[in-house]
Amino acid sequence: MSALDETARPLPANDPGVPRKRGRALPPMLRHPAVLAGLAVLLLVGLAALAAPWLWTGDPILLRPRLRLRPPSEAAWLGTDAFGRDVWSRVVYGARVSLAIGFAVSAVSVLVGLTIGLVAGYVRWLDAVVMRIMDGVMAIPSILLAIAMVTLSGAGIGTVIVAIAIPEVPRVARLVRGVVLSVRTEPYVEAAIGAGTRLPKLLVRHVLPNTIAPLIVQGTYVAASAILTEAILSFLGAGIPTEVPSWGNIMAEGRQAFQIAPWVILFPGLCVAATVLAVNVIGDGLRDALDPRTARGVGVR
Amino acid sequence: MSRPVLEIRNLSVPLPRGADRGYAIEDLSLTVAPGEIVCVVGESGSGKSVTAGAVMGLLPPVLKPSAGQILLEGEDLLKAGPARMRRLRGGRMAMVFQEPMTALNPALRVGDQVAEMLEAHAGRLGRGARRDKVRQLLADVHLPNPESLARAYPHQLSGGQRQRVMIAMALANDPALIIADEPTTALDVTTQAQILKLMRELQARREAGILFITHDFGVVSEIADRVVVMRTGRLVEEGPAESVLCRPQDPYTRMLIAAVPRAEPPPPRARPSLVSPVLATRDLTKNYGGRGLFGGGRPVQALDGISIALQPGETLGIVGESGSGKSTLARCIARFVDPTAGHVRIGGDDIALLPARALHPYRRRIQVIFQDPYRSLNPRRTVGQSIVEGPMNYGLSREAATARAKNLIALVGLDAGALARYPHAFSGGQRQRIAIARALAMEPDVLIADEAVSALDVSVQRQVLELLEAIRERLNLAILFITHDLRVAARLCDRLIVMLDGRIVEEGATAALFADPKHAYTRALFAAAPVMKAPPVEAVP
Repeated sequence: MSALDETARPLPANDPGVPRKRGRALPPMLRHPAVLAGLAVLLLVGLAALAAPWLWTGDPILLRPRLRLRPPSEAAWLGTDAFGRDVWSRVVYGARVSLAIGFAVSAVSVLVGLTIGLVAGYVRWLDAVVMRIMDGVMAIPSILLAIAMVTLSGAGIGTVIVAIAIPEVPRVARLVRGVVLSVRTEPYVEAAIGAGTRLPKLLVRHVLPNTIAPLIVQGTYVAASAILTEAILSFLGAGIPTEVPSWGNIMAEGRQAFQIAPWVILFPGLCVAATVLAVNVIGDGLRDALDPRTARGVGVR
Repeated sequence: MSRPVLEIRNLSVPLPRGADRGYAIEDLSLTVAPGEIVCVVGESGSGKSVTAGAVMGLLPPVLKPSAGQILLEGEDLLKAGPARMRRLRGGRMAMVFQEPMTALNPALRVGDQVAEMLEAHAGRLGRGARRDKVRQLLADVHLPNPESLARAYPHQLSGGQRQRVMIAMALANDPALIIADEPTTALDVTTQAQILKLMRELQARREAGILFITHDFGVVSEIADRVVVMRTGRLVEEGPAESVLCRPQDPYTRMLIAAVPRAEPPPPRARPSLVSPVLATRDLTKNYGGRGLFGGGRPVQALDGISIALQPGETLGIVGESGSGKSTLARCIARFVDPTAGHVRIGGDDIALLPARALHPYRRRIQVIFQDPYRSLNPRRTVGQSIVEGPMNYGLSREAATARAKNLIALVGLDAGALARYPHAFSGGQRQRIAIARALAMEPDVLIADEAVSALDVSVQRQVLELLEAIRERLNLAILFITHDLRVAARLCDRLIVMLDGRIVEEGATAALFADPKHAYTRALFAAAPVMKAPPVEAVP
């Protein structure tokens, strides 16, 4: 029977069209030196934040009026601020706030945006309504929204996270909706519908996996911009309560004396810049590694 | 014999390391004489497009010719610098691409695009002279109203008109050589026939040589003076068209020619008649557009009162060109889209207007095989997972579903190891077999094959058709076979329905319809189908 002659003929293992398995999508990205450097910086900041009490830090909020605005020295590595507080201790503890906010904002906005995007992409009659609301939310300037929310409900990490996350949600939702719209007409999704797969399973099994790569990338950008926005908010006095050391707060308090004691503002500033840069570089690396066009080469469409 | 316009001597183009073979083209020699149409035929991966790219100097940088010569009117193109190649491209040689929509710039009027070709080579022309020349070229390719058409943008033209504009651009500077890379593959058959006729006519009037790349032996037999058959980068056979088509020497050529579907229906199958249909539609209608919150625009009637009936074990062919509504019909029956009005009966129940949640019991009974085998399987799931998904949705245990998948994968001619692999490890034909196995796993009443063999090479197409023939006998399966290709429909279908603009224009038993088409459109379709004129060739077993 000649119809059944064509037997399975595996392609050679080194065929460029063979995509790597998901678990192995990371190594090529790790080979990128900039990404490695970014990961190293982030890891360093993360470990410092976790191990803050053991990193030769003192009490970050202990006031020592006699030791005001001392330059960096053996005793105070990064100098002291206008209240005599140790800048090194404050910067190390401040990393906790920045990383927590970056992580929490990206988690919140990705989860909420993913849900909204899936619903908008799949439930056609809701799409126009939901996406117009998202357009509206996107038009709100995040800093003004945060100032308004802090004014109404008082300063606090939770308020700041929500305030920063809200304007990010529409961006994630748009991204997910776009992926869903392009995937839902793929023949394999229709084949699954034809095979009687019900909506929740269909979304989880056939649609959701396509959103993971772009979401991871978007998540890193959201985290980076959240760290930056928190610093700006705190600097403006509309963010984290002033008694909590955060990079933005430290800089805000160092502002008045910055011409005679630049170290107060310099070191937290460097930390913000390095952390945001590291997260962005990792995001770029992930995008290149996870984008089928740049990672897998030809053959898979 | 006059000097050839194109002579390729012992050309080799190595593939980058890690590819599945060493060379894209290996030791290829061919010539094109003035006024001659040479068809390069081959299946996907044969190296025919790389040949075209090598001549035009348009290969991607990873592909560099390593040996041989390409002589255009005696000048070696492999030694020509980039500036010289720019002069030659569009001047002495020109190319017509497969996809006229993407080959034309969507932001420029077509007249300006033709004029640009002239400017780039003929130097500055006076405004009037240039306009006259553009109008002349557009008239030469038989475009209606060249004056107004020159001011149109590509999206305002039909596919055939766009391809005519491409040809006009290729002709602009009277090239010695025209390379046409599958120029009619993206077109409907009736349009294809017109374009082929146009190319024949132009070539008779001008002395240009044409290198015509195609996968379709029907097209070859319509247009070729000489034929070059390629396989995995090597020349397999060459000669005058008539002798290659009628007396092919190489076994591969014989196999290819034998695999070309012929528009000759086999004798009708004996089937029990007058059973109640498994699937029937009545006055099925589908309108697009004109609704929704921000919707608007005028509605398009994609289906206009379609009534069909499919008996158990019967194969009903739906034939039509793009835009005829044949795929919309399939999608309405499978309820991937919601019909606007009408009835779809499965057994005794009308499912046309059932809400999505009530469809679940009926989904199983209609299964679809899609056109593109590269997109119809989820790349993240193994073949086995894809096949068992459906049966498990209907309550079958994993063990039972896996056992069924094993049987089916054997039925479609793959080994059991295939179940553990991902779709990317399979060729297009193998993926289509997997898609068939997945559909059969549902034990459907009706199989809808929506252009299921259109994306496959002829030899693979033939195998998949044979597989469909075998399983429909074995399972007494009713098949709704949707295709644009009359030749394929002839081979498989018991009855045919011809669709045009969302309506059925003709319907009848395949043999009767082929013997005596009644409707003018059906006759036009038959006349346009590129049919092998050569007598049947037996494939070497």
